Amino acid sequence: MTRLNARIPEGPVADKWTAYKSGCKLVNPNNKRKLDIIVVGTGLAGASAAASLGELGYNVKAFCYQDTPRRAHSIAAQGGINAAKNYANDGDSAYRLFYDTIKGGDYRAREANVYRLAEVSNQIIDLCVAQGVPFAREYGGLLTNRSFGGAQVSRTFFARGQTGQQLLLGAYGALSRQIAAGTVTLYNRRDMLDLVLVDGKAQGIITRNLVTGEIERHAAHAVVLASGGYGNVFYLSTNAMGSNVTPAWCAYKRGAFMANPAFTQIHPTCIPVHGDFQSKLTLMSESLRNDGRIWVPKKLKDVERLRHKDIKPSEIAEEDRDYYLERRYPAFGNLVPRDVASRAAKERCDAGYGVGATGMAVYLDFSDAIKRKGHDTIDALYGNLFQMYEQIVAESPYETAMMIYPAVHYTMGGLWVDYELMTTIPGLFAAGECNFSDHGANRLGASALMQGLADGYFVLPYTIGNYLASEIHTPRFDPSASEFTAAAEGVSDRLKQLHNNKGKESVDHFHRRLGKIMWEYCGMARNEAGLTEALYLITELKREYARGVKVSGGLDEYNPELEKACRVADFIELGELMVRDALQRKESCGGHFREEYQTSDGEALRDDEKFAFVGAWQYTGRDAVLHREELQFNEIKLSQRSYK
Amino acid sequence: MNFTLKIWRQKNAEAKGGMVSYEVSGISSDSSFFEMLDILNQQLIESGGDPVSFDHDCREGICGTCSLYINGRPHGPVKGVTTCQLHMRSFRDGETIHIEPWRAKAFPVIRDLIVDRSAFDKVIQAGGYVSVNSGGVPDANTIPVEKSKSDSAFDAAACIGCGACVAACSNAAAMLFIGAKVSHLALLPQGRVEAEKRVQKMVACMDQLGFGNCSNTYACEAECPKGISVVNIARMNRGFLKAKLMADKAKEIRDSM
Amino acid sequence: MLMYSSITRKVLMALAGLFLVTFLLVHLGINLLLLKSDGGAAFTEAATFMATNPIIKVFEIVLFAGFLLHIFFGMLVSGQNRAARATRYECANASDTSFFSKYMFHTGIIVLIFLLLHFIDFYFIKTGLVAPPPGIERHDFYHRALLLFSSPWYSLIYIAGFVSLGIHLNHAIQSAFQTLGWNHSHYMGTVKLASTIYSVCIAAGYSLVPVYLLLIK
Repeated sequence: MTRLNARIPEGPVADKWTAYKSGCKLVNPNNKRKLDIIVVGTGLAGASAAASLGELGYNVKAFCYQDTPRRAHSIAAQGGINAAKNYANDGDSAYRLFYDTIKGGDYRAREANVYRLAEVSNQIIDLCVAQGVPFAREYGGLLTNRSFGGAQVSRTFFARGQTGQQLLLGAYGALSRQIAAGTVTLYNRRDMLDLVLVDGKAQGIITRNLVTGEIERHAAHAVVLASGGYGNVFYLSTNAMGSNVTPAWCAYKRGAFMANPAFTQIHPTCIPVHGDFQSKLTLMSESLRNDGRIWVPKKLKDVERLRHKDIKPSEIAEEDRDYYLERRYPAFGNLVPRDVASRAAKERCDAGYGVGATGMAVYLDFSDAIKRKGHDTIDALYGNLFQMYEQIVAESPYETAMMIYPAVHYTMGGLWVDYELMTTIPGLFAAGECNFSDHGANRLGASALMQGLADGYFVLPYTIGNYLASEIHTPRFDPSASEFTAAAEGVSDRLKQLHNNKGKESVDHFHRRLGKIMWEYCGMARNEAGLTEALYLITELKREYARGVKVSGGLDEYNPELEKACRVADFIELGELMVRDALQRKESCGGHFREEYQTSDGEALRDDEKFAFVGAWQYTGRDAVLHREELQFNEIKLSQRSYK
Repeated sequence: MNFTLKIWRQKNAEAKGGMVSYEVSGISSDSSFFEMLDILNQQLIESGGDPVSFDHDCREGICGTCSLYINGRPHGPVKGVTTCQLHMRSFRDGETIHIEPWRAKAFPVIRDLIVDRSAFDKVIQAGGYVSVNSGGVPDANTIPVEKSKSDSAFDAAACIGCGACVAACSNAAAMLFIGAKVSHLALLPQGRVEAEKRVQKMVACMDQLGFGNCSNTYACEAECPKGISVVNIARMNRGFLKAKLMADKAKEIRDSM
Repeated sequence: MLMYSSITRKVLMALAGLFLVTFLLVHLGINLLLLKSDGGAAFTEAATFMATNPIIKVFEIVLFAGFLLHIFFGMLVSGQNRAARATRYECANASDTSFFSKYMFHTGIIVLIFLLLHFIDFYFIKTGLVAPPPGIERHDFYHRALLLFSSPWYSLIYIAGFVSLGIHLNHAIQSAFQTLGWNHSHYMGTVKLASTIYSVCIAAGYSLVPVYLLLIK
């Protein structure tokens, strides 16, 4: 085991980024044109990176599996984006945002990166407004903020319940402008299936054209992966159907380290699972918790009657309701961080108090809020969410309490990157949810959009320049070089192998089984015995998949089954690594809750002595090897997170 | 619930396509339209057939990937939702459901129910943005924006680019899509600066791509899953006329036409 | 004109259409004089004024230009619209749209055919292109009209033509406002109402003449 060096600049945390920017190497404008950069993914991080790098004059190739960059799953983010503008005059500052993010992440994130994130957050808002993002405004014409996800200050900017959409359309506009200008070339409907290394440096990728099935080679001087998170390892998640780990997994297999893969976020306000045929889960913005009250019945006999629909939730008397979040966390009440709220829901349901047909749901009740604020106010705030709920569940939240249950939503783990967002492979960068960096063991609400855009608009343009300044003498690569040929042949062989398999079960069948294992043993609560069991089950599943999967359709045509087959093969391997990471981390922190390590009242119990490190895994072909990056906390004193 | 499905099957862009009938049974009324198609595809895979290709991704009504012209209506019979949010309870048990791809010259079929909508990307590339770089912008609160204008801009910006407007239009016109983007940016002071240039370039691009002309039937508004109003088309027409009559004609606009 | 952008074409078509709309009102005014029981004196006087006044003569050229422009663009736009959907849907469109808006091309064609008939019956006779029926002088529109409307078949065709025009106008007027960019939530309701009232008045007003002459006289 080696100790990883994140190459954090010297000096006080507040000055590091300024010092870095002043000292980093620059590339002459004439040379930028000669340098190619590949960006995989066109979500907030990818689109903003590709657009910004194009603006600087680099020659950028942008790739996405969707038909157009505007469809990347960042679009589904509802709630908002944080920034330390302090427009609300309530005492916010870059330091507070930094502090809240480190604490919210349960002290498992790197101080220097998080401070930089807080520092550039204001620039993001300025840029997005200039791009025409229609953020919510006050009557006076200035921007409005709300408190979100348990923050004590109002620092969240939002565009109704569609903030992610509006921010992505801003970045998509910037990207489109660069495509028109000729600095960015777009490759849509492409899956990245391998990373190409030449002399140990990332110099290209292999893609499959999803329409024609052609295996394509693309060379560049640097590669940026902004391919999102891997929540779909759980089969059911709030991710898009196509969201996958494959680009990151290719990089991992080529030598990039995978950090903290066990850190996944389970979002508390999702629509409960309704049946076996279900394909995905739908999240409703956490902003609902600002006005909704979460409860379950106190009496088991009420639970029975509710499950059989003999009575309505409104018929349960006030004194027979257990507002368990308000009871357990009087200071924060319904606004505790996501991991805490999710676990509390699981605890009540496991104890038998869950409602809904499956018993896997709790109530989120707006009747008090409607009484207090009036129907119209609630409609203005949550109308679109209520409509969405009604469309799926066929019940109106105005008339009866909503039912919610936690679901996998975001993955804090990802490719290990240093301060410059470079992975352990020189020339390979990772941005947005694809990297592990800024959220520690738990991400705060409205921070994902901030991080994706910070990485793309304001960090990578500097750090990539610093790397490429030494690459100006490297000529454009010829993609017919032996490294490219070997990688392309490897991809073709792998596809042929999957396709020629004479198995019986569909890809989805295996994906569903993997999801069940992961949710059961590596979900909201984990323990040694369960994880050991999961390791065995996944190894079994992997073996069965290799000989039992059936991939219909042809190789040289549009074939979604083949796409899925590659993705699920990678998810299975990732699942195994997640379980190993969860086993290794013998503490509870943030979204990683090990049942063996909890306080007497059931809260997560960290072990800062032994586990204040980032666990980065190296692929070896056999058992992965763990490396550590020790986390130094110079600015913030570690303490037990308390929301009581 | 049981259904008879009549689905457009087409191997690839060049192949000739046709409607093919399938039966599905035992579908829960709570399942979504795509979950029903997933079950059909599972059946087809198990019986050695070729699953039906259709575009879908977020399955929560925001990414705009899904399409499908169901029983003569883009995104099916329920107003204000995308196909992925459509549930089988909106259909009668035993009903025959016709499923076709979007039909427009500008949206050629790629396979089965999948069409190529990159024409929309091209129109946006022609000018659907504010020309600012990632640095050097003023503080976000420097320019106040009237709330009603900002809200109207949002209403227009809510477009998900699914193409239902084109699919529904008897002329396969893209005026609602383009009107929404032109309006969104023209309503905000940040986008106002280049509004005249933008509207001319985007309309010129739209004409080149083979979309039809607007005849104000408002089928687009009726079928838009995000309820985008045709007022945005009128606003674009207004802006276009003003630009044509009053603005200095930039050379690049002349060249692009 | 082929090179004009789609919006420019539509705007020209709308302007020409609105111009024709005002003409219809003038024409209706003269037609209603047929109902006056003065042996056609007022009607003939108005018709003579229209046929001889030099300003009206100039106006007539503009009117023809308006017709041609409107019809030319109507044909061009419809042709392009058909081409924009090369492959049709198997299932007919079931979108919730107004009945009137869907059949603009069809009602336009019916009105065009009617217009040609009307030209043969009146305008071409006046200009001498077509010989007048026996016993009727070439400028005597009053007796020409009475003769035509004495035929129930002709009257029926005439009424059908104007019902089609009414259907066309009902959508056309408010549609022209939309095309010209004059759609505002405050006024659009009024525009739509006015456009319906106008179209009903035109269809009913023109149809009144044959109905009156056939049934009452």
